[in-house]
Amino acid sequence: MNVEAPLKPADYASDQEVRWCPGCGDYAILKSVQRTCADLALPREKTVFISGIGCSSRFPYYMSTYGFHTIHGRAPAIATGVKLTNPELDVWLITGDGDGLSIGGNHLLHVLRRNVDMQILLFNNEIYGLTKGQASPTSRVGTKSPSTPAGSVDAPLNPVLFALGAGARFAARSIDTNQKHLPVMLRRAHDNKGASFLEIYQNCIVYNDGVFSNFTEKDVAADTQVELEHGKPALFGKDKKKGLRIKPGKIELEVVTIGQNGVTEADILVHDETNKSLAALLAAMEPPEFPKAIGVIYCDPAPSYEVAVHKQIAEIAAKTPATDLNKLLRRGQTWTVN
Amino acid sequence: MATQIATTDRHPADRKKLDSVVIRFAGDSGDGVQVTGAQFTQQTALMGNDLATFPDFPAEIRAPAGTTYGVSAFQINFASYDIMTAGDQPDVLVAMNPAALKVHLRDLRPGGVVVLNTDTFTERNLQKAGYAKSPLDDGSLSNYRVIAIDISKLTMKAVEGIGLNKADSLQCKNFWTLGLMCWMYGRERQPTIDFLTRRFAATPKVAEANIAALNAGHAYGETVELPSEISTYIVPKAEVPAGVYRAVTGAEAIAWGLVTGAQKAGLKLFFGSYPITPASPLLHALSGLRQYGVITFQAEDEIAAACSAIGASWAGAIGVTSSSGPGIALKGEAIGLAIVAELPMVIVNSQRGGPSTGLPTKTEQSDLHQAVYGRNADTPVPVIASCTPGDCFEVAIEAVRLAIKYMTPVYLLTDGYLANAAEPWKIPDVDKVEPFPVKFRTDPEGFHPYIRDPKTLSRVWAIPGTPGTEHRIGGIEKDYNTGDISYEPDNHHKMTMVRVGRIKRIAEDLPLQKVSLGNEKGKLAVVGWGSTFGPINQAVRRAREQGLVVSHIHIRYVWPMCRNMGELLKGFDRVLVPEMNAGQLITVLRSEYLVDAKGLNQISGQPFKVVDLEAAIRNMLEKGEPK
Repeated sequence: MNVEAPLKPADYASDQEVRWCPGCGDYAILKSVQRTCADLALPREKTVFISGIGCSSRFPYYMSTYGFHTIHGRAPAIATGVKLTNPELDVWLITGDGDGLSIGGNHLLHVLRRNVDMQILLFNNEIYGLTKGQASPTSRVGTKSPSTPAGSVDAPLNPVLFALGAGARFAARSIDTNQKHLPVMLRRAHDNKGASFLEIYQNCIVYNDGVFSNFTEKDVAADTQVELEHGKPALFGKDKKKGLRIKPGKIELEVVTIGQNGVTEADILVHDETNKSLAALLAAMEPPEFPKAIGVIYCDPAPSYEVAVHKQIAEIAAKTPATDLNKLLRRGQTWTVN
Repeated sequence: MATQIATTDRHPADRKKLDSVVIRFAGDSGDGVQVTGAQFTQQTALMGNDLATFPDFPAEIRAPAGTTYGVSAFQINFASYDIMTAGDQPDVLVAMNPAALKVHLRDLRPGGVVVLNTDTFTERNLQKAGYAKSPLDDGSLSNYRVIAIDISKLTMKAVEGIGLNKADSLQCKNFWTLGLMCWMYGRERQPTIDFLTRRFAATPKVAEANIAALNAGHAYGETVELPSEISTYIVPKAEVPAGVYRAVTGAEAIAWGLVTGAQKAGLKLFFGSYPITPASPLLHALSGLRQYGVITFQAEDEIAAACSAIGASWAGAIGVTSSSGPGIALKGEAIGLAIVAELPMVIVNSQRGGPSTGLPTKTEQSDLHQAVYGRNADTPVPVIASCTPGDCFEVAIEAVRLAIKYMTPVYLLTDGYLANAAEPWKIPDVDKVEPFPVKFRTDPEGFHPYIRDPKTLSRVWAIPGTPGTEHRIGGIEKDYNTGDISYEPDNHHKMTMVRVGRIKRIAEDLPLQKVSLGNEKGKLAVVGWGSTFGPINQAVRRAREQGLVVSHIHIRYVWPMCRNMGELLKGFDRVLVPEMNAGQLITVLRSEYLVDAKGLNQISGQPFKVVDLEAAIRNMLEKGEPK
């Protein structure tokens, strides 16, 4: 048998011209995903990218794997049908804040609670890009857009909190341009068997440029992001002197500085990604009071849906095996006319 | 059981012979009327009569007791000959309370038998039913033969000593009533005794009590002197083709048909559905067949149900989704995706009264336009319809076959009546159904996902997991030659015409349209589709017996229609199209064949009566109008 050369990131690119706007954060995510596929040596024929509608949902066309660009918001349902039919397939779901949290909110909720094994990458740019810039369910209050010329007044949704509320067993967060961090998150999402929810902050250069710059710009990132790692203290800041601490006597987080007010490194919260209550506190943090949490915020695996379904089918088949169809049709009360 | 009672008829010779009988059981929705009806059906089927049933129940699970809107009914027509309908008029009405009498007496034929439970004729129940005076006393029942019995008391007595409380004891009164009917029509009780023993295996006292009530009702008929005008009857066996038979509902038959179709194709069956009346029995039936290569998925909504089926088809199963009108409406966009992606799929619509929530438990055939035309853009799909519970089996196999051969969603139209009604069904030999094995594309050489068969214009089906045929598909228009995204104007025109044309072309593959009854030319063709088959066929048969020149054309292939349809219709001077809608098939016939058809439309949630159809046939022949 010939040993084939390992696939390179470029081998996961299709022959289609990528049609995102120049400078779109989607390019960086595509690059990261292709790199991760190569790192994990994923067989292209068993890898499936399924998307809904929106800028991000064009993603499958640019992969050389199997891909299905479906309808607005419904990719989780289609992906569930794919995974139940062939659990051997490695399913990746690509969605956005409008696709996944507005029109498709219900499906995202259910794919998470069922824990169907797939990687769900939600590109959050806090805007509707493909329809030319309307406010989305993650747009901050006051977002000016063609549909909200005086600023949006509705409260935004926090995608990771939504996922946790829906019962997700894996919820993580990363940033499009953070090419050191994003591949690690993709790999972690892939390692988890079940619905792995990964929110990726993605800059829309045309309609919402710089919306994340308050915590992604180089000069502020260190002080406004905390990169969480399981079992490690939640430290941040240029010299890692700032940290998170559970406020004594409260179920609340606070930002403290090592060396000030008697705070030592021993006081700093050690991240436990299996603690759901803690995950909710971390996911809810917003600058400027708190740093943005990136990393695996929650990971507490549970059996995945398609495994449970097929296990049950196998049990039923073992207990009451299928007969031939003629026997099935003659099951129960019959009578013969001569 | 402690005592063994003879469960067969002791005096068959004394019975009056009848060719057919229609019995309607009616009572509160909690009275067990549907169970009673189903058991009587089973007994009757086992005794070799031909039969048809019509379960008719309220949308509420347990509507307030004693109200007219909470009345549930079950009608059975059984005969010594081949019958087509559940009957126009009951000969016997079993009314378990005043409300049931109030709602159903108007349908009973004059001189018919009415069985009443006097215990329920209290002032309060009479008031709830809207009676100022008790119909037992005011002479309003004088045109009927009345058997007024305190069924509650007799049931209590029958189950005394078994150890049930009062409420549970009274629950047995439907089986007491069934026992009395068994006596009157010489039905064997053993199948029901077996059923009760099985059903209540975990609570043997309940089984014992119901069996005691059943036997007591029968014994009552045997021993008590009933008024002389009450007789016992026998309905001889029907002359039906030899074979093994069973009772089947449309929902069961569709489930088996889908499983058979999938096996003949060599595919897994994936069924994505969301609960809705009256389509849910199909979800229930298939959920019980998962050892037969069936995956059932109760989705979060109708859209997800359709989408999961599409995902399943893309992954190499035959994806099926099912609902009723309002749910089908929600699936519309997803069906459009399956059309443009050219994936096989079966959409089962168990039609009900609409629009919106409408009449969830009543039957209607008003979703034909939705199936044929009800999507955005130029998106035709094959539409086929079943006509009897047994026919549902064949139609389900055909839906799977067409979906796979032509890589397209296929609508299977059934309705609430077919889904729930039972009829004796000569069980087919599944081995004789021609297999239609799927050949997935596995050859990467020259592959793209929209390579078409030159004859059928169906695209290749390559499924994820296959090395070398990796591809991307989606809702965006694609290039005819490569399958890649294309916004080219001429290409879109071409692709649209291919999508429309390839569905039209299916007509070449369909059998020729036959005439179900009568000649291929004549004065009048009565053209129908779906569950109106029974009443139309019977009406045409009666009209022909009276010498009228009329034929029955029943349409299974609603879209595209059989290729000789236009020619066939031209052979008739007049065309009548009876439908349980305001006129839907008729507009398709008029627009496709320029035929001046007339409609007979009944949108009452009830099947057509044969007499009404006969009258319409006469009117059409005499004055060219159905009324």
